[in-house]
Amino acid sequence: MIEQLRETIAQAVPGVTLEIIQSTPAAQQPALLVDRDHAFATAKFLKENQQLDFCSCVTGVDYPKLGQIEVVYHLYSVAKKTGPVVLKVRAPRELEQCRVPSLTPLWRGCEFQEREAYDLFGVKFDGHPDLRRILMWDEFTDHPMRKDYVPPKDYEWEPTPHDDTLTRAVEVAGIIPPSAREELEKAKKK
Amino acid sequence: MAYDEGLKSELQKSGIFVLPFEQLYNWGRKNSIWPLQFGLACCAIEMIASAASRYDLARFGAEVFRATPRQADLMIVAGTVTKKMLPQVVRLFNQMPEPKYVIAMGACAISGGPFKDGYNVLKGVDRFIPVDVHIPGCPPRPEALIHAIMTLQRKIAGQTLGQDQRWYEKSATTEFPIPAFGAHDLEPPANREVWQPPRNYTDVTIAEVLKK
Repeated sequence: MIEQLRETIAQAVPGVTLEIIQSTPAAQQPALLVDRDHAFATAKFLKENQQLDFCSCVTGVDYPKLGQIEVVYHLYSVAKKTGPVVLKVRAPRELEQCRVPSLTPLWRGCEFQEREAYDLFGVKFDGHPDLRRILMWDEFTDHPMRKDYVPPKDYEWEPTPHDDTLTRAVEVAGIIPPSAREELEKAKKK
Repeated sequence: MAYDEGLKSELQKSGIFVLPFEQLYNWGRKNSIWPLQFGLACCAIEMIASAASRYDLARFGAEVFRATPRQADLMIVAGTVTKKMLPQVVRLFNQMPEPKYVIAMGACAISGGPFKDGYNVLKGVDRFIPVDVHIPGCPPRPEALIHAIMTLQRKIAGQTLGQDQRWYEKSATTEFPIPAFGAHDLEPPANREVWQPPRNYTDVTIAEVLKK
């Protein structure tokens, strides 16, 4: 079905690059990866010709190894009672180039969710009517959901009764308490 | 306070009550606590339950929840205090008239609770305002809040007039500094006059933790 949709889009939007991303078996929701330049045209086609009239979710995913940030849109059709069609757009991780077209002009409900993605992932949405931070304060400069975000060091590490579990977590999963992170890095260098 | 217990008891039999003015004054104060009406998260639901008919906070004279800080003398910090919300909490506290008290209700308000390692959550409201009673629990049951009110009442009953209280000192300020929104965190991240980090905090090493 997604292949069919892909064909339809490819015919309707000239020059578009589409890729089907198979997701994990649990979700069973293959997604359509669209190139940035044709994302808006594709979305417009989906809205107008495929009756995907409702955008339920906009979020971001950080892929530090790919050097990319992905914005994911979940589109539903209330008219046809189908969905979701998962639309993905990727942009480079660098803050300056991390730009994707905003789909707020098509689905009004994207406005706050795109603001959230901007706030937490640092994705700039071109064409967004009011791109401000929504969760963190305006003076905040970081994007906390990025994998390389370092939270402020205001956490008190105290020995607790479940230290054995934590020790195992350090050994098995490599989970390190925030306050001990620096120290461990120093020890590694030595 | 020097007064004759025997005489007091004798007089009481004939219907005359003798007690220090301080006691009378504090008796009035402690049985008429007006909390500030605001809740930040799920603890607020327990606070509402405490004030409603089943748990009936009115039995302890603390049922008049005021919607303005100018008329309140108890702040119940019920819920997670995010860093974005904190300046408003401190501002409300500053606007309350003295004498004023704070109850930090629930794990979040006392320490950050389950959100302790979140970048956006304040790790305990006592970093910025002086807390009189801490209630653990997630969320604490209404009984726990009532117990906290009773604890606060005991504290009020034990306070002396005009001497050792913060708000009677001439130099005392009722203004607690409101932190500013910084680029990465609140500035300052804690009010050091109110709160000091635990003494051993910086001493705990990962080696120590791993050894245990």
